[in-house]
Amino acid sequence: MRKVAVVGVGTSRFGNRADVSLPELAWEAVKEALDDARLGPEDVQGFVVGNVGGWSSEALPAVVVGEYCGLVPKSGIRVEAACATGSAAVRTAYHMIASGEADIVTAIGVEKMYESPTPTVVEFIGRAGNYLWEFENFGLTFPGYYALYATAYMHRYGATEEDLCKVAVKNHYYGSLNPKAQFQRAITVEECLNSRYVAWPLKLYDSSPITDGASAVILASEEAAKKLTDTPVWIKAIGYANGTANLSKRPDFIGLEAAQVAAKMAYKKAGIDPENPAKYLDVADVHDCFTIAEIMAYEDLGFAKRGEGYKLIREGQTYIGGLIPVNVDGGLKAKGHPIGATGVSMIAELTKQLRQQVERGRQAPVKSGMALAHNIGGTGHYAFVTILSLTA
Amino acid sequence: MTMSPTSTVEKSVVSAVVDTLEKLYGEPLKQLDSLIKATGLPVYRDPKSGALLWVDVREMRLRFTLSVNKLEKFVEGLQRGRLMYTQCKMCGAKYFPPQVDCPRCKTSDVEWRETSTEGELITWTVINVKPASFSHHSDYVVGIVKMPDGFNVTAWIDADPKALKPGMKVRLVVDRRLGENYITYWFKPA
Repeated sequence: MRKVAVVGVGTSRFGNRADVSLPELAWEAVKEALDDARLGPEDVQGFVVGNVGGWSSEALPAVVVGEYCGLVPKSGIRVEAACATGSAAVRTAYHMIASGEADIVTAIGVEKMYESPTPTVVEFIGRAGNYLWEFENFGLTFPGYYALYATAYMHRYGATEEDLCKVAVKNHYYGSLNPKAQFQRAITVEECLNSRYVAWPLKLYDSSPITDGASAVILASEEAAKKLTDTPVWIKAIGYANGTANLSKRPDFIGLEAAQVAAKMAYKKAGIDPENPAKYLDVADVHDCFTIAEIMAYEDLGFAKRGEGYKLIREGQTYIGGLIPVNVDGGLKAKGHPIGATGVSMIAELTKQLRQQVERGRQAPVKSGMALAHNIGGTGHYAFVTILSLTA
Repeated sequence: MTMSPTSTVEKSVVSAVVDTLEKLYGEPLKQLDSLIKATGLPVYRDPKSGALLWVDVREMRLRFTLSVNKLEKFVEGLQRGRLMYTQCKMCGAKYFPPQVDCPRCKTSDVEWRETSTEGELITWTVINVKPASFSHHSDYVVGIVKMPDGFNVTAWIDADPKALKPGMKVRLVVDRRLGENYITYWFKPA
């Protein structure tokens, strides 16, 4: 396997992007990434498009994006791994280069969720499990799936709704410092606690929003990367795993097994001590589609012991200056969650963090030169843990 | 919330969902029609963002037809008021949701068995923001129940959510669901 570096990143503004079509939105990210790498579309040898769709009109998004971005006749495909689709796109592009098949490949995540009315989107996301045995007869919703974990976790360990809200407060705070975030306003614990329940015990402010957005990263082989940039950011490791479709078949409801397996795999490949990963990492982006998901991520990734994740946020340990800064771009919660773009945007954000190029107030101090992205599809149905590093 | 079956005046799930969709999408469709009549195009300016939007005039309806052909025993079980699971005759693995193929043994020789009627509640949620196709219900509780048979079952819990506790005993009911009038299964406090 060859080494692979990130040499260009781009991310569109996230939010309700009624002002652009799906390919126009993708181009915002692709253009920024190409400019960042000082490349043209003709230099790209292949592309992978992460898009979940269903709620948007284009049935063949990879083809539409390929044409609009001037990538034809280079080969492009679409990949899907629910909310971890973006990481699946990055992983596929990574393997195209690592295998020696290509030297420069772009992974593009794009999602236009506002093309459908909200009830249609709720209906689609509720089906992100096993259709007949969870949705058709029991009407589970996406917050509902995570709420099943929240109820079990809170009863077992004594975490409170206030603890969950503290995650939302942190991520909104950092979102307010990120000009591309969907939510630009800091919130208080009280505002969060007073928001209405969407799937008890989860409230509106515990939840990531419906979002349009795109993100692109350009990956290169070692040889190509060294010609293109002085600051390549290396993909040191990618860990991946899946969970059962039916939540009823999960071993417990206090953490995501797929995330634990993916983290273990990534730490082993990257040479990170799984007992103390925070020591090796400057910053992390974790999958906070709901506040409980960020707390479980602390534990699944080994930042905290099982049952003690909520204490990290209680103590403010995941703000800059704490044990490990988490989601200092606003996370899915405040930056927004354009399903297929989220995983790519994590890699784009962490690359900029390691290059020390993000806005004031949300730049994590870079000491060890390593960062972690944790991207979950569905409710632990898919898990990807990607480690980035300034050293090859 | 009550789910006990009642008389034959019950509304069916089909008409309940159709009514909801008409309420949700009927009015916007009329507006789209007048927009095209007035301007010649299905195009309008979004009052919030000022962006120009084209409204799709080719509506598509999705209604899937799923094969339960190999789950005939499960379907029959519901009709007889029973919840059925499968057990591999070779390795003894138990499957709920039932499946007729055992990937461990690569065989398709299973025994159909009736589940126990009592289990323990592991976790639950209250669905407050409901999918459109469930919006004719008041907020409902979905839980995961550990069965003594050795598997868990996801289903509605017919109870006041404030009275629920992890580990509490719940009893299985297989019957017609109120407001939908088709046979499904749920749990209530034992």
